[in-house]
Amino acid sequence: MRKTNIRLRFIIFLGLVLVLAGVAAFAPALVPFDPYEQNLQEALRAPGGTHLLGTDRYGRDMLSRVIVGGRTTIFSTLALVGVSVIIGMVIGILCGYYGGKMDSIVMRISDVCLAFPGMVFAIAAASVLGGGIISAVSALAFISWPKYARLARGEVLSIKNRTFMEAARLGGCGTWKLITGHILPNISGTILVTATLDIGTMMMELAGLSFLGLGAMPPAAEWGSMMSDGRSMLQTSPWVILAPGTAIFITVACFNLLGDTIRDLLDPKRQDVKA
Amino acid sequence: MRRYVGKRLLQLIPILIGITLLSFGLMHLASMDAVDVRYEKQGTVVSEEVKAQIREELNLDKPFLVQYGLWLKGVVTGDMGVSYISGKPVFETFITKLPATIALTLTSILLTIVVSIPLGILAAVKQNRPLDYLIRFGSFIGNSLPNFFVSLLLIYFLALKLGVFPVISGGGWNSIVLPTLTLSIAMSAKYIRQVRATVLEELSKDYVTGARSRGVRERVILYKNVLRSSLFTIVTLLALSIGSLLGGTAIVESIFMWDGVGKMAVDAITMRDYPIIQTYVIWMAVIYVLVNLITDIVYCFLDPRIRLEQGEGI
Repeated sequence: MRKTNIRLRFIIFLGLVLVLAGVAAFAPALVPFDPYEQNLQEALRAPGGTHLLGTDRYGRDMLSRVIVGGRTTIFSTLALVGVSVIIGMVIGILCGYYGGKMDSIVMRISDVCLAFPGMVFAIAAASVLGGGIISAVSALAFISWPKYARLARGEVLSIKNRTFMEAARLGGCGTWKLITGHILPNISGTILVTATLDIGTMMMELAGLSFLGLGAMPPAAEWGSMMSDGRSMLQTSPWVILAPGTAIFITVACFNLLGDTIRDLLDPKRQDVKA
Repeated sequence: MRRYVGKRLLQLIPILIGITLLSFGLMHLASMDAVDVRYEKQGTVVSEEVKAQIREELNLDKPFLVQYGLWLKGVVTGDMGVSYISGKPVFETFITKLPATIALTLTSILLTIVVSIPLGILAAVKQNRPLDYLIRFGSFIGNSLPNFFVSLLLIYFLALKLGVFPVISGGGWNSIVLPTLTLSIAMSAKYIRQVRATVLEELSKDYVTGARSRGVRERVILYKNVLRSSLFTIVTLLALSIGSLLGGTAIVESIFMWDGVGKMAVDAITMRDYPIIQTYVIWMAVIYVLVNLITDIVYCFLDPRIRLEQGEGI
């Protein structure tokens, strides 16, 4: 009964996330107006009528900008999480598997990365790299990998000396086969859960960098930079802020729900606690 | 105990060297240096000779490692240097910004504790009843809102519409309310979840069943046993939050014009003011190590079974 319940939740939330990703992917075909076309006569129209979510100060259609902005925000966040997880996992597995000097050096480096104030590092790196969404993603990836490296390392250490690993080794598995065939399948669940749960936070951090003017550059539509653009009009035209803000909120909420469900699905222990 | 603390503090040295070298290197990768930025901001055009002379005064013309060495030598002898932009001693500038950040840290942590611990326990006790769903729903919303959106919403509703609080900090007592609310909303959302999960986990343990079967009152079990064991997780989380709050929250401090170290760091980064950035980075590293150390010591007080080091009591 509970199991089917969780399965159902998983399918619903996965569906929601896929819809969001689909809208983002096919954004150019879905927008009612050109998101970059300025029309000063239509500037700052309230929501309703032809412009469902109103227009910004250049008369650009907010709905179209929010849809196109989703493309930048969602896909750059997924790229960010993907890059951090892959780098972290490779480093973590190697450290856990081989141990020794390299392990302690890499762990010291990750100590430094963790001690470094995350957002401030990202701000510094993004400003050095000269703004733009790619430098914002690289900056955040640089401070995010150690988390996954430590996680993967810990998991590897905990299964390294288990009987099945011994058996595989005696059965003639080489290092490569051991890592891909036995270690990876055993640790990927935990990492998948952590990564999905982190998507929401990373999306907010990335949008935060854009909000500070260090991510996506105007006129590019991106939720964080759209909000920073509309800050001065908060009193007179709040929809300029509310539309992209609500979009971030809904997207982050969907990813968080999906993350929670995947955790329940993969981790039977947590279910007992919840039940 | 003393030896343990000493050893932990010694670990600070490699972290400090690594972290300052990293930030030094990062800033030197930038195409513009502080001298360029200074004249660009002033809008004056000066010849390259003048710039070169200023660079020489600031030692900016030296090779990277020499610059780092000179800076390190200064720090060891107690001289953190002067700001490239304002010319004032860096340490003094930093100290004047610190109280604002500390005040904001204290108010938001206090509010978070007051809100999240009772609500988390309540949700756990009333598990799967309407109240639990309501609290969890609230914390879920808080978890999904980026803090810059929360600040703008608060500004819109509480400052612009109702006019209860000032939009930016004007120095009055009430200017701290909005930034505090912003920070506490996100933290409380996180903590409620955590407190609820921890209390639930404790409640499902055997000793609770045992106490119940012996007829110990539910209230006593909850406050005397469960809460005490749950304190662990809460203390860890609190320590981490205090650490990151003491670093100043770049976005929230900038939005509310709160004159703390977070805003100072962001401003210094855009101005390429290396000495200020370095001071800030040292501060962050020290906090990181101290927070970890204090957490470990607090653990010892909460659970006498834990020893800081094998064979060495507290």
